[in-house]
Amino acid sequence: MSNAGNRGRSPLRALLRGTWREWRSAELRVLAAALVVAVAAVAAVGFFTDRVDRGMAQQATALLGGDLAVVSDNPQPEDWPAQAAASGLETARTASLPSVVFSLDDESRLAALRAVEAGWPLKGEARIRPGREAEEQARDRGPEPGTVWLEPTLLEALRLDVGDRVEVGDLDLEITGIITHEPDRGSNLLDIAPRLMLAFDDLEASGLIGPGSRVRYEFFAAGPGAEVEAFRAWLEGQLEAGQRLLGLEDANPELRTAIERAERFLGLASLMAVLLAGAAIAVAAHHFAQRRADPAAVMRALGASGRQVLLTYFGRVVLVALLASGIGLAIGFAAQFVLAALLGDWLAGDLPPPGWRPVIAGLGVGMITAVGFALPALLRIGQVSPLRVLRRDLGLPPTSVWLSGALALLAFGGLLYWQAADPQLAAWVLLGTAVAIAVLAVLGMALVLALRPLRNRGGMALRFGLANLSRRGGLSAVQLVAFSVGILALLLLAIVRVDLLEAWDASIPEDAPNQFFINIQPGQEEAFADRVEASGLERPQLDPMIRGRLIEINDERVNPEDFDDDRDRRLVDREFNLSYAQTPPEHNRIVDGHWFGEAGQDPDTGWSVEAGLMERFDLGLGDSLTFRVGGQAVRSPITSVREVNWDSFQVNFFVIGPPALLDEQPRTFITAMHVPEEQRSAQNQWLREFPAVSAIDVSAILAQVRDVMDQATRAVEYVFLFTLIAGLTVLYAAVQATRDVRRREAALLRTLGARREHIRNGLLAEFGALGLLAGLLAAVIATAVGALLAWQVFGFDYSVNPMTFVYGIGGGTLGIALAGWLGTRRVLDQAPLAVLRGPE
Amino acid sequence: MDASSSFVLEARDLEQRINGPSGPLDILRGISLAVQAGETVAILGASGSGKSTLLGLLAGLDAPSAGEVRLLGQTISELDEDGRAALRAGRVGFVFQSFQLLSALTAMENTLLPLELNPGHAGETQDTLNRWAAQALERVGLSERAAHYPHQLSGGEQQRVAIARAIVDHPSVLFADEPTGNLDGKTGHRIIELLFGLARHPAGDGPATALVLVTHDPELAEQCDRVISIQDGVLA
Repeated sequence: MSNAGNRGRSPLRALLRGTWREWRSAELRVLAAALVVAVAAVAAVGFFTDRVDRGMAQQATALLGGDLAVVSDNPQPEDWPAQAAASGLETARTASLPSVVFSLDDESRLAALRAVEAGWPLKGEARIRPGREAEEQARDRGPEPGTVWLEPTLLEALRLDVGDRVEVGDLDLEITGIITHEPDRGSNLLDIAPRLMLAFDDLEASGLIGPGSRVRYEFFAAGPGAEVEAFRAWLEGQLEAGQRLLGLEDANPELRTAIERAERFLGLASLMAVLLAGAAIAVAAHHFAQRRADPAAVMRALGASGRQVLLTYFGRVVLVALLASGIGLAIGFAAQFVLAALLGDWLAGDLPPPGWRPVIAGLGVGMITAVGFALPALLRIGQVSPLRVLRRDLGLPPTSVWLSGALALLAFGGLLYWQAADPQLAAWVLLGTAVAIAVLAVLGMALVLALRPLRNRGGMALRFGLANLSRRGGLSAVQLVAFSVGILALLLLAIVRVDLLEAWDASIPEDAPNQFFINIQPGQEEAFADRVEASGLERPQLDPMIRGRLIEINDERVNPEDFDDDRDRRLVDREFNLSYAQTPPEHNRIVDGHWFGEAGQDPDTGWSVEAGLMERFDLGLGDSLTFRVGGQAVRSPITSVREVNWDSFQVNFFVIGPPALLDEQPRTFITAMHVPEEQRSAQNQWLREFPAVSAIDVSAILAQVRDVMDQATRAVEYVFLFTLIAGLTVLYAAVQATRDVRRREAALLRTLGARREHIRNGLLAEFGALGLLAGLLAAVIATAVGALLAWQVFGFDYSVNPMTFVYGIGGGTLGIALAGWLGTRRVLDQAPLAVLRGPE
Repeated sequence: MDASSSFVLEARDLEQRINGPSGPLDILRGISLAVQAGETVAILGASGSGKSTLLGLLAGLDAPSAGEVRLLGQTISELDEDGRAALRAGRVGFVFQSFQLLSALTAMENTLLPLELNPGHAGETQDTLNRWAAQALERVGLSERAAHYPHQLSGGEQQRVAIARAIVDHPSVLFADEPTGNLDGKTGHRIIELLFGLARHPAGDGPATALVLVTHDPELAEQCDRVISIQDGVLA
């Protein structure tokens, strides 16, 4: 039957049948395993970030709190709501500020206060529980006047319950709800204190708002699209400096930037797993090609063209790669739930399910990795000489190192560019990776060579193990690099990070201030200082703080839009905290120019500017800065440059002027001091007497920052786990590639009288030495990176932690010896005769 | 060795059966033979006659389906794989058709292997073992090549290293499986001369080594004291 015959000979069926047969070969399974790991790593991050992006888009209106919003440090004009209402829009105003609140039992906590008008929220809904055990309820307005809602952490900290009362400034308010969802809350990452929500009018009555208090006012409008646009146009003409108009695209820019950075970092971290998997694939493909030399030579001898032979095997590899990518995607999908759980606290609300983009991206990564790393080796199968059927010594042509390198570089570079979405960043990471790998490879080879003298000392097992390492120099170096990268990632995260944090902690003196007191009102400073002194603490030095916006540099208008860097833009967009002082602050050092009144300087004019700020805005001595302070422009030249130790936990200012320049301006006072634990209740007493004063607990903030870092680190560790698994696939590939030789060698040793333990010890020596070298290399590099970070980024001395070496070398030796032994132990079970009589 | 016997090797009613695709297949049937100390015996047979399988069973590299092999007085079917390996260590030498040198090790290191695997030399210093290995290499004329790796040697040189490895520990029995199969005629001839010379005239005053040589070449077989022919798995 010609039909049946044709069906049997269809190329697809032939491909499927051929692939099915190949599947039993170890080399293709190694290739598949490596791809599964690579795609799973990329897909886990891809699915997760896709969910976050979708969540961000869906929540943008809710996050923004309306269709548009205006944010400023001062209240918006009273006529805006009326103007909006006339255009058919709904509006709501809110005001937020940090303040300490008290329970009637004198417990106190810093809270992020938010006062909301009745119309809030315009978009989305708030959800509260009206009692600890009560069901969650949706609310389309904020708390009633006279009542407050608290976040659970604040409720716990104050040891209060629903129905209890809480002191907010001069007011005594009843708790009526526990906040479970605040639609426009944005990020927990940036608002460190827990939320207390109250009615808008109650805030004014609390007495907490005074000149210089840090209030953020928000004005929201929502309505039909055309009306919103018309109102937006009107508003744009009304805006003054310091008022920022936000649209949906601006919803929570800090969070968006933070998340984009985190996504990019996780994405790049996942590519490290891809790179190592690529190494495993290259080794497996090389071995695959070698083992296909005989059948390929027979095919060619029987008349197949080189192209036919190549396509036959290439097709099989591609099919396996597709299958492996599919499995990797499934694993990645499951793994992203862990990422979402690790980082879930950062994100408001539930994440929507992911879309199809990560699926396509995952398959793309799988195919690019497979082809990029396997193709050079596969090309050789097509070039095998048909004469090999007669002369077995005619091997495959050698793999072109240049072609392999170029294709791998192209594939990895392409993936980097796709993940980083920034050619410059991609190029740097690619260059950094290439240099790191080259350095690791050179060091690895050097270490392998350095082991040579040991061969004559340790007896047969050690000699045999080390001899294997050095004979397979290239393969050993590949494995060494792969394990070093995996161990390095874990050491950096697990040990060096903790060391750096501890060193930083240790660099802060015991009696460094742990509390900042802000918002001390003019006229109260003496009374406040007296009160502190009366409770047995040292009399604090109070510094004036004046809020001013930088409007001109050398008489040229400063426009936030003119700055490329985000941080610069935010810096000029916000109000600076200025101060004035008769003498230079104790913890500062004048590095250029002279203090007011010294060395001929005018005592009544000039600015003393922090060195970093000078550099950031490219300023020099003599340049003039104009600040708008309380509606008045204050212009003066820069007369000195100060170096400030920001880690001192003292009060520091970017810009200080002479008293004559600023002491008539609206101001508050600030101080920092060390309040011992046992004095905390006394502190609560003074704060009660000065309700406008807020205390900021630095140690609590540090603890919060550490929590966030821990969460982030766990997520990165999780992604690097894939890197370690990818490193193990390199070991697996190397073990498989050397399996036949090992079997033969083990059989020969048994023939010559070796016991199992001899051979086992040889294998353990080989893999143990490999793990030892990889661990040593990783520990040295981790220590160097730690020292560099300490010196360059954090500015303190880093002392070498011997545990880095203990864990690196110990973990590397034991882990790799065990993994290698598990992968090769079957060579011991072979009867010597069967192996020796088989083909070499 | 068993005091009641001067045989270094005895086989009784050996059978080897494997399961092939079309049912069980007998490779060897009813083989009985004995080899005396210092004797040279050829096992002669055509390709596929079962001669290499027989050599494997005699050397304890595999276990027979039935029958018994006594090697150096020990019944090897009573020993496990490790026990058989321990029996061979230092007392049984091998020379293979395909040389079977460890490619990661130098000629010297390959030659050292049997010395290091023999627990009887546990008390010797590494220098002593090195000296013995060097002497063995000298006897096969390869002193100059001690530091070379197998891939740096010709086929004949590789086989000479294999012979040095086989005789370095003065074994009681030396098994050789088609030792000239991969060599040209002239080189093969020299290798055989070397092998017989070393087996019959070991270094020092040691006893002669029994040589069991498997070959398909009647001319080579004739050089042995005794020829045992094998055909289709039975002794002819």
